[in-house]
Amino acid sequence: MIFVDLDALASCLASPACLVTQTTSGLIIGMLLFLVAVGLTLIFGVLKVVNFSHGAFYMFGAYFAMTAYQLSGSFALAILSGAVGTALLGLIFERAFMSRVYGRDVLMQLLVCYAFVLIFDDVVRMIWGPEFKSMGMPAAFQVPPLFIAGGVVPPYYLLLIGVALVAAVVLGLGLARSRIGKVIRAAAHNPGMVSALGINTGLIYGGVFALGGMLAGLAGALAAPVRSLTPGMGFSVLIESFIVTVIGGMGSILGALIGALLIGLIRSFGSLGFPLFTEGLMYLFMVIVLVSRPTGLFGKEVA
Amino acid sequence: MTELQAGQGAQPLEVPRIDARPQRYRDLLIALAAFSVLALLPMVFGSKQLLDFVIRCAAYGLFATSLNLLVGYTGLISFGHGMFFGLGAYGFGLMMQKTGVPIPVAFVATLAITFVVAVVIGAICVRLKEIYFAFVTLAFQMLIHSTILSWQSLTGGDQGLRGGIPRPPFLGIDLSNHLHLYITSCALLVIGLLLMRQIAQSPFGYTLRMIRDNATRASFIGIDVWRAKLVIFVLAALFAATGGIIMALFVSGAYPEFAYWTISGEGIFINMLGGVTTFLGPMVGTVLLLILNDTVTRLTEYHGIVLGIVILFFAIGLRKGLMDFVVEWFAQRRGEGRG
Repeated sequence: MIFVDLDALASCLASPACLVTQTTSGLIIGMLLFLVAVGLTLIFGVLKVVNFSHGAFYMFGAYFAMTAYQLSGSFALAILSGAVGTALLGLIFERAFMSRVYGRDVLMQLLVCYAFVLIFDDVVRMIWGPEFKSMGMPAAFQVPPLFIAGGVVPPYYLLLIGVALVAAVVLGLGLARSRIGKVIRAAAHNPGMVSALGINTGLIYGGVFALGGMLAGLAGALAAPVRSLTPGMGFSVLIESFIVTVIGGMGSILGALIGALLIGLIRSFGSLGFPLFTEGLMYLFMVIVLVSRPTGLFGKEVA
Repeated sequence: MTELQAGQGAQPLEVPRIDARPQRYRDLLIALAAFSVLALLPMVFGSKQLLDFVIRCAAYGLFATSLNLLVGYTGLISFGHGMFFGLGAYGFGLMMQKTGVPIPVAFVATLAITFVVAVVIGAICVRLKEIYFAFVTLAFQMLIHSTILSWQSLTGGDQGLRGGIPRPPFLGIDLSNHLHLYITSCALLVIGLLLMRQIAQSPFGYTLRMIRDNATRASFIGIDVWRAKLVIFVLAALFAATGGIIMALFVSGAYPEFAYWTISGEGIFINMLGGVTTFLGPMVGTVLLLILNDTVTRLTEYHGIVLGIVILFFAIGLRKGLMDFVVEWFAQRRGEGRG
């Protein structure tokens, strides 16, 4: 029973091969987390609700992708259906249920989401069965891994990191520069004013929720070839993305990116140094950040 | 008429003083009556299932009511209150397994450990507001859960504390006897509820309500908000741990699920189900949830869907807990009767 194994950590830090392997595995954990967490933080920033059922969208993204891949054999279609399917789901969920609890108690919002965590998990269990499923690596990526400085890097990891980076850049630029981005930011700031200017805020709220759902679904679809699929798979991701958003600061996209990468690296290197306490390490890190900066690394002071 | 004259003519303002003493006696009487009914229950219905059900109600009821001290009375939405339930179960189980001290000693020692842990965690958490408070408590819950999972040599990891918890008799009470366990659980429940009722009705309890309604104002008139929150956080933790101890005695073990976040989620749901505006709301919620859980799991394997729909019905449809609903309905009827 090894609780702390600092030798393993030190010897890995000394070897470039191990360093590359661990860093890439940290990066893919971080990038997947970023996609989930950024949706969470976006929804919180604009709608002021915490989507406690966000993990379900990640789960649905993975299952949609698996089914689409099994039906069509096309990996691109699998990713697409994961993202689009969850976007639709997010839109329906927001319009039908979440929109009823805006401005109400945090308790109510948490409860509605808690109800859907239970419902969604069971829906997946009904449709796809309770057992572990796996989508399998698409044929295009069944190639020998790359070796960078002696470290093993599967090509699929590069695709995953690339897609997530593109999503991050598009999202960041879109919010900062485009007209829709400006409207969204305005709605986050003062929804009453935005709606007085003749803009349908309900539509924006639904759209933001759909966008958040889509990003989580994309993460799920991208994760489907490398992780096993099971009902309830969303929850651990949800908890981790909470940690990410809380560390980075609720409502901050840059914060979500930095937080996600930090958590990814903590996970991959922590599993060497503290094999049994990797999760505890994340919580510890979160507590430290929150105690020193209650609004997170990049969060704004909430009035 | 001058101001002075007007003042003379006016009735002296009657300050509504609630005399606390009669109410305290009333609470005590109700508690005694409740305990006697529960104690007589085994003579009327001999079924073991019913007694098991009451024991579970005692464990979860103490937990849920203590959570209501935070959620309903102070406005602290803790999403990690279940950690103290788990801590109570594990602390007590380990103490009995490893040291073999008498049960009352282990009981007190477990509460002492909980006290220390709750002071440390509470001191960090109660600084934070609303959603951040909810998250940090959740994070601590998961931290304790993952510690339990990873510290296999002590806690047995994901298998839980196995091999049973020794329950040596003390003062003529033998907790391995089902009936004795039942009576003890009922006694703990009633005493716990009575104590929590005293806290809620005390001046301190009203301070908490004020902090919930307007923390800035409370702090302005000289209340140390941070300290008041910390005190209630720790007190609530002690009652939650007592619930955990009952659970550990009942199943004669402790499992990681006792410290998992779903316990906290269920606690919040119980509060919602019963209603947070009345003291006994969480108790009603506990009974409802346990009945619901038992029937639904018997009827379908997809009990998450059924439970979820029930939650939605309460959260979106009714918009309040059952006891809130009943109390309001009575108030309305009484109002109509007078009018």
